[in-house]
Amino acid sequence: MSYGDALPQERAQTEAPTSAKGYARGLDWWKPVAVIVRRELRDQSRDWRILTPLIGLTLFFPMLMLFTANRMLAFVQRFGADLIAERLFPFLLLIVGFFPLSISLVIALESFAGERERGTIEPLLVAPITDGQFYLGKLLSVLLLPLVASYVGIAALLLSLYLRTGWRPDLALLMVVLALVTAKAVVMISGAMVVSTQATSVRSANLLASLIIIPIALLLQNEATLLLWRRMDVLWYYVFGLLVVAVLLTRTGLAHFNREGLLGRDLDALNLAWAWRTFKDAFWGHAPSLRAWYREQIGPNLRELRLPMLLMFGLLIVAVLLGARIAEDFLQAVPEDVLRANLPDREEMLANLQRYTSTFSLLGGRRFTMTGIFLHNVRALSLIALAGMLSYGVAGVLLLMVPFSLLGAGQALLLRAGWMSAAEYWLALVLPHGILEIPGVILFGASLLRLGAAWASPAQGQSLGAFWLRALARWAQIVVGVVLPLFLLASVVEAWITPRVALWLLSR
Amino acid sequence: MLKAEHLAKAFDDFWAVRDVTLEIPAGTVLALLGPNGAGKTTTVRMLASVLRPTRGRAWVAGYDVSTEPLAVRAHVGVLTEHHSLYRRMTVYEYLDFFADLYRLSGAQKRTRIERWLTFFGLWDFRNHRVGGLSKGMRQKLALSRALLHEPPVLLLDEPTSAMDPESARRVRQAIASLRSDERAILICTHNLTEAEALADQVAIIRRGRIVAQGTPAELKTRYLGPPEFRITFARPWDGRPPALPGVRVTRWDGQSLWYRTSQPRVENPAIVRALVQRGFDVVRLEEVPRALEDVYLKVMAQAAAEEHDAATAATPAPEVA
Repeated sequence: MSYGDALPQERAQTEAPTSAKGYARGLDWWKPVAVIVRRELRDQSRDWRILTPLIGLTLFFPMLMLFTANRMLAFVQRFGADLIAERLFPFLLLIVGFFPLSISLVIALESFAGERERGTIEPLLVAPITDGQFYLGKLLSVLLLPLVASYVGIAALLLSLYLRTGWRPDLALLMVVLALVTAKAVVMISGAMVVSTQATSVRSANLLASLIIIPIALLLQNEATLLLWRRMDVLWYYVFGLLVVAVLLTRTGLAHFNREGLLGRDLDALNLAWAWRTFKDAFWGHAPSLRAWYREQIGPNLRELRLPMLLMFGLLIVAVLLGARIAEDFLQAVPEDVLRANLPDREEMLANLQRYTSTFSLLGGRRFTMTGIFLHNVRALSLIALAGMLSYGVAGVLLLMVPFSLLGAGQALLLRAGWMSAAEYWLALVLPHGILEIPGVILFGASLLRLGAAWASPAQGQSLGAFWLRALARWAQIVVGVVLPLFLLASVVEAWITPRVALWLLSR
Repeated sequence: MLKAEHLAKAFDDFWAVRDVTLEIPAGTVLALLGPNGAGKTTTVRMLASVLRPTRGRAWVAGYDVSTEPLAVRAHVGVLTEHHSLYRRMTVYEYLDFFADLYRLSGAQKRTRIERWLTFFGLWDFRNHRVGGLSKGMRQKLALSRALLHEPPVLLLDEPTSAMDPESARRVRQAIASLRSDERAILICTHNLTEAEALADQVAIIRRGRIVAQGTPAELKTRYLGPPEFRITFARPWDGRPPALPGVRVTRWDGQSLWYRTSQPRVENPAIVRALVQRGFDVVRLEEVPRALEDVYLKVMAQAAAEEHDAATAATPAPEVA
């Protein structure tokens, strides 16, 4: 065969597809995925270190659970409490289904990090397959064997329970247990795959595994409680939530999976000097002065946030409406005399307000200074930021919505008490400082959403560390440059102006 | 067939490759020489579209390594530096797996697997587990994998590093035969004798930069001066060396005379004629062999000196009170 000189017009031809589009014909795209899955499964089925615990957990644990079930049944039957035992059987199913999944975690953590450590990954990385095919091939191959073992274990326990006790789960229960086991498997594996692609060695991947094990252990306890109370409706929400998390984790894994990272990352030493330099450069840019920084950095950054700000604004309105609606429903159910008897004493509230001049003092009867208000808000924002960073921004945004739903509830309460109209409530008690604080909250939530989304966005040729530090710097620009100044001004207004407006309004 | 223009690659703030410009036409072997950490492997990875260049461009078989990675990987055969293999697979299964990834048809797969395993003497071991093979056999298997899809461009990182002399010779034969098959081949190696034997072109890389490039003969002339020749006479001659106007005599031991010339085709016959006319019985004329190793060491020393000078020039002189 002669190839001649193929530069740059002539292009050599080969059997393999030469672009991602070359694969875009339905099942054709999945062929390399299937090839990888087949190889991995063959490899796993030849590794006694995987097979032995898998068979042990699949067959031994159902026997152990059956023994436990028998003993438990015998015990509760003495007190005529058969129902308790029957309520515990589904939990046993969940446990038996979960054990083989622990093996999948080990295989998943080892998948990329182990291949990288053994040096077997490079030939795969130079093969003509896309990142998605490679990643999904690995993910499915890790998922299949433990999941099948898990189903086999559940089936074995079900059969044994039926033969020994005659117990049979109803279809709804069986479906929810299987869905929970499957969803948990996908979450654990997609999480472990993210860890494995970013870890520099199997050792470091194992160290990071607690990030997956601890939440899953807590979740399992929670599911057990709900199974005991037969709250299938809530458990289906759990399944849905788990699947959403699995999709987000898979998206994160795919976004940050890159051949570059797998080959270029040789050191896992913490390089603080580099991290600080990267963060500082992204935070400050090349601005020669504070004014230039606002013009060159904050301005474009704010423009980028327009869409998340709009979303955040909508979510806060929903929170207010939801809070008001829930409070109205609740208050309608409360008889008038009971409500009156439990309303705060108006005179006492006014006295508090006069004494301490702070809207917080209305109910608390404590002094709230400007510094106190500001520090309280900073503390709350810090915790919200932490929650947001660990949850793709979602938990942070939900926490930001809580005070707004309380504002809605407050409005409903004051309307019902007949103390003031909704307009007076917002104009006097909320907006004087809220005119500064609410934009601050919107900006904070929007930037947090963008930071959370960065987890699931492609790193565009940067290392994950550099990408994340730059995203963090963009978030910090908004917080330091806009949100904190707004909150500082708002705390001044809240300490000195809002109480006086409120006092004037309530004293009428 | 392969062309790179000012390729550079940075990992965060570390530049692994700073400036690599190469061109390998079809039917040519280029040896990339350099110390450990010079950027050879990073260059190979960029050319295989595994790493994305930070700067510069490169084309492999007509495809851009930055924008058409899948096409590049389909047209390149890579023998990686760390070519660990799946130990629990058999030799045949291993190649079968990669043949599937390269989309070879059933018949193509069987033919090519058999051809390369036979060529490298591994056919009888096709049902053996990879884990049980010797290091050299595994290297040959890795090379078979790189050749399986008949790529027009080959990037071979240390292709004979773990092999016994016989296997290494087999691999060198394979490389020579692949060159005559109009493929472009890049070899990274520390074995300068092998590079000299195989390479049509040599590029020396240091700290991520190509510091010397050319044919072995060109590099020798550039760094070691014009070639040196030795004329040996039948009998010893007492006295001064014979006068040869315009010829740079470098040594004389009474029976042999050494001289340098940059035009051996013109000057050597004239020198022999002149000596014979003066009664010298010339029995042998030979070029004094010069090793590529000498070129390599000289290039490295020169580059180090230049870097030192540049660093010294960049350091401001201390102020005198």
